[in-house]
Amino acid sequence: MNASIRKIIFCLAGLVLFVLSGMDFYQSRRLKEPVVIGNGVTQIQKLSNYFPPIEGTANDCNIYVLEGKEPGATLCILGGTHPEEPAGRLAAWLFAENAVMQKGRLIVVLSANRSATTVTRVGGAYPPEFTIPSPWGGQRFRMGDRWSNPLDQWPDPEVYIHYPSEQYLAYLDSRNLNRCWPGRPNGTLTEKTTYALLEMIRKEKVDIVIDLHEAELQYPVISTIVTHEKGQELAAIVSMTLTDLEGFKMGMEFSPKNLHGLSHREIGDYSDAISLLFEAPEPFLDATRGKTTTEQLLTGKDDFVVKAGKHGLLFEKIDEKGWPIDVRVGRHTSAVLQTMASWTEVHPEKPLACADVPRYAEVIEKGIGAFLHNPALAKPGRLMFE
Amino acid sequence: MELAVTIIYYCLVGFVSILLIYNLIKTKEWQKEVLYIIVLIPFLLRLFMLK
Repeated sequence: MNASIRKIIFCLAGLVLFVLSGMDFYQSRRLKEPVVIGNGVTQIQKLSNYFPPIEGTANDCNIYVLEGKEPGATLCILGGTHPEEPAGRLAAWLFAENAVMQKGRLIVVLSANRSATTVTRVGGAYPPEFTIPSPWGGQRFRMGDRWSNPLDQWPDPEVYIHYPSEQYLAYLDSRNLNRCWPGRPNGTLTEKTTYALLEMIRKEKVDIVIDLHEAELQYPVISTIVTHEKGQELAAIVSMTLTDLEGFKMGMEFSPKNLHGLSHREIGDYSDAISLLFEAPEPFLDATRGKTTTEQLLTGKDDFVVKAGKHGLLFEKIDEKGWPIDVRVGRHTSAVLQTMASWTEVHPEKPLACADVPRYAEVIEKGIGAFLHNPALAKPGRLMFE
Repeated sequence: MELAVTIIYYCLVGFVSILLIYNLIKTKEWQKEVLYIIVLIPFLLRLFMLK
């Protein structure tokens, strides 16, 4: 074959590969995730309303505000701090689409680090998206990563020096939202985001912030509430009540005073709010996992992680049933609802009461999809996109 | 500073892409042609800010 014709054929094949892969990355970065706003949502703000310099960036996320008929305390749920821990985002989604506050206020953030929802782990072979089955077909969500997208924040430093503690942290964590609290107004995108979220927490006079996460089973901080010392009484009651009444183990531990940048430490230190962080088990994140697939993400089943458990390498139990996403989301919804109930017991003068959000057993019985609403049937003005 | 580093970085990516295309044109071995095209794709994805 003539060399020129051969080169042209190879170039065309390369062009096809480039276009196909480019389209895949482009579409997954821009996948629109619908939110059918529940009847309980009374206001929708943008994060830039609290800190204008974040406007126009990938992290100018939506803030859903649910006001009760009766006054009370204000609780803020942060979903999507680490988008690759989807139970946190999905639990927050169930609140945004279903919750009706009867007493007090609820503020829901679905994409605390929206930039991190638009990228997946380099070399991690993550699926670009996943679908939660529902009666109307299913809803697609971006998979996301732990860190902000390098296309939005780059270059990384040699060493990340946390502000203001000056503690040295891994360079990658300069893009980790949960290592950038309390943030700074003239910092990186991730630091500006935490600063903006903290401005929202301070201006809205939030009483409790709950940051929803998941953890690998090889990580010791798992199935637990991590609390700032201001929240020790509340966290202890919630931990004991959940373990006793809901049938799943939920521990409690203190936020280390010398480990900086984390929400449970810095929100408590830099605002009047009690800061709590909830962890659920996610085998998808374990380094010893087998094939990295959507099925593994959603079922939490993995023979290799089970084997690691048999060798005593895990901090949470796992068997052939895995850790299905419904179980992980149900743990979070129950934990948030129990926090409201326990807070109200301790502070009856500033109550929190929330209806229409499913608890642990109901989420497992019906599945998350039963509580997501069909975007095609959303009323005018009641459909948002993340 | 960050803007300067970013500009330099993208200039480097563009320069390497041009080198790869130049080598692709010059080489007479089909195995190397395939290699240059495969190596070029991630550079182009980065250059166009797709990945």
